[in-house]
Formats: sequence, C-alpha cells, structure tokens
Amino acid sequence: MARPAQQLPSASLADIAFMVLIFFLLVSTMDQDLGLQRRLPPMPDPNQKTDDVQIKRRNIMVVKINDADRLFAGGALMDISMLKDKAKEFLLNQADDESLPEKEEKTIEGFGSYQVSKGVISLQNTRGTSYNAYLRVQNELVKAVNEIRDQFSIANFGKVYASLDEDKQRIVRDVIPQNISEADPKDTGRKK
Amino acid sequence: MAKFSRKGKGGVPELSTASLADIVFMILLFFMVTTSMRQTDRMVSVKTPAASEIAKLERKDLAAFIYVGTPMPNYQSQFGTDSRIQLNDSFKTIEDIRDFIAAERETKSEVDRQFMTVSIKADENVRMGIITDIKQELRRTSALKIMYAARKAGPGEN
Repeated sequence: MARPAQQLPSASLADIAFMVLIFFLLVSTMDQDLGLQRRLPPMPDPNQKTDDVQIKRRNIMVVKINDADRLFAGGALMDISMLKDKAKEFLLNQADDESLPEKEEKTIEGFGSYQVSKGVISLQNTRGTSYNAYLRVQNELVKAVNEIRDQFSIANFGKVYASLDEDKQRIVRDVIPQNISEADPKDTGRKK
Repeated sequence: MAKFSRKGKGGVPELSTASLADIVFMILLFFMVTTSMRQTDRMVSVKTPAASEIAKLERKDLAAFIYVGTPMPNYQSQFGTDSRIQLNDSFKTIEDIRDFIAAERETKSEVDRQFMTVSIKADENVRMGIITDIKQELRRTSALKIMYAARKAGPGEN
C-alpha cells in the first residue's frame, strides 16, 4: 500500500534558520579595525654610547602638548586648526627660507633626483596629556603629510596618492617621507 | 449568479513559506562571511578618538590588541575606575606586555611575524602616561609596528 509521500512541513525551517542567524549576529563583530598606523623607533642599544644625532635646529619642528592639552608648535602657542598649515609650510619650505628645513638632493629610483626635505617633526607630550588631544595632533600631522603627497602625486602622475599603483606610491613615499618622531619621554614621573 | 459566488469562496491562497528558509539562510551566510567572531570579552570601556586620516588594519589575523580604558561598571568594585590595561581576557600591568607580545608572536607563522601589528585601543580620556609606558615597553620588545585605533570622524567632528 504505497501511500503518496507526505510533504514535510517546511514552515518551521525558517524559524530554525532565524535562530541560527540571531546566534551569529550576537557572537560576531562587524567593527572594522581602523586607526593611525605608526612605526616606533627601535630602542637604542644600551651598550652604545649615547652620542645623540645632532639635528640642526632649522630641520626640526617641535610640537608639544601639555597637561592641559594646549598645543605649542614651532615656537608659538597655537590652535589645533592651524597646525596642519604650519606643518605643511615647514615640510615644503617653498621659498627656501633660512629658518625652515634644508633640502637634500636625492636620487629616487624610477623617478630621478628630487630635493627631499630634511625636516623632522618632533612630537612631545607629557604624562597628563589626554589621548584624544594626542591623537588629534597626530592626525593633523599625518594629514599635512598626506596633503603634500597628494599634491605631488597630482602634479607628477595626475592622480591622488591613494589611487596610484604600488611602485609610484613608493616613489611618492621616498620623495615625501613621513618624518614624525615620537620623542622619548623626558619627564617620566613614574614611580618605580 | 454562479459567476459571482465563486469569487468569495476559497479566500486568499496561503503564501508559500518554503522559500523563506532559503532567504534567511542567505542572510545568515552573508553575515558569516562579512563578520568575524568576537574573540575577547571587553572588560574596559573604550571609545576610541575620532580621526580623519585613518587606514584599515590590513591583516586582522596578524594583529595583537591592547585595550586601555576604565573598567566596565561590573568590574569597578574590584578594579576601581582608574585606567587599566586589558590583554586577552584579564587586567594586566605594563610588565605583562612583554610576555603577551611574546605569546602573540608564537601564534603567528614564522614568515608573518615581522608584519605583526599591535593595535592600541585606548579610550579617548586615557592619559598619555599609560600610553607612553606601553609604547616604551613595545619598543623594548621590538614590536614596532603599532596602530592607534581610531574611528572615522563624523561630519562636524574634528
């Protein structure tokens, strides 16, 4: 007596699938990891004599943030909104000002010689600086470098830095280095 | 008359729910592909500062995370409200970072070790003292590739 096969009820299948879906929604994260990428300087060898690499005064721009998150850059108190332009002026030194960084003739592979700025931005902070202020300053400095890179890329390759291919990006990176130094802490008021 | 009476009978035919399951499965698959599993329980509250020049962390599997912030309310009775460091699933001190980095390095394959990035996820109200200590410790263990986790600045911010 072969009865016609009864169709399996599939209405509850959707409910089961929904339950699995909700489980996955709960245990997974969607947040992308975004942030400012940096490279720390290697720790100096303790056996090595501390002969500080003397950088000429004109080649260094000191950016300081104090406990009250006040900003001091290039010899003057300033608001964070002006920092980017100050940094760009410092790094570009278009008028070859005596007080702004020197340039060094460098041969860039695949591009030719270029006057690369020797400017270094030195970022200093105290232990009481808030992380928010610190990151905002970092952000402004990175933005200054990125804008200079974009300018250079458009002038030479006709595209912004981000849409260049890898090889050209390397050229731009060599021409405009991101010299932001996070100085060693000086006043480590740390109880040990 | 028969023409009209037929209309009222039978009602609306039942909607087939057979394909509903397929649709839900499709959504499920989408979520499984786009998301990643939560690996650590956050024990500190972190609201990362906003920034505009942010880049994406390329290899998430090669990242180690250091969380810094005030403990969550349910841990505050035990650990206070001062900023603490969380590594993996517990509160740690600066001295533990060295072992943590060494352990993280072990989990990565030999070739990928040099690309390991340490992502510092710190709350925006954290003081720089603790971050500086972390940075110094990372330099000592020569984990030099770091990333300050930040969120994309919304309009009107920054």
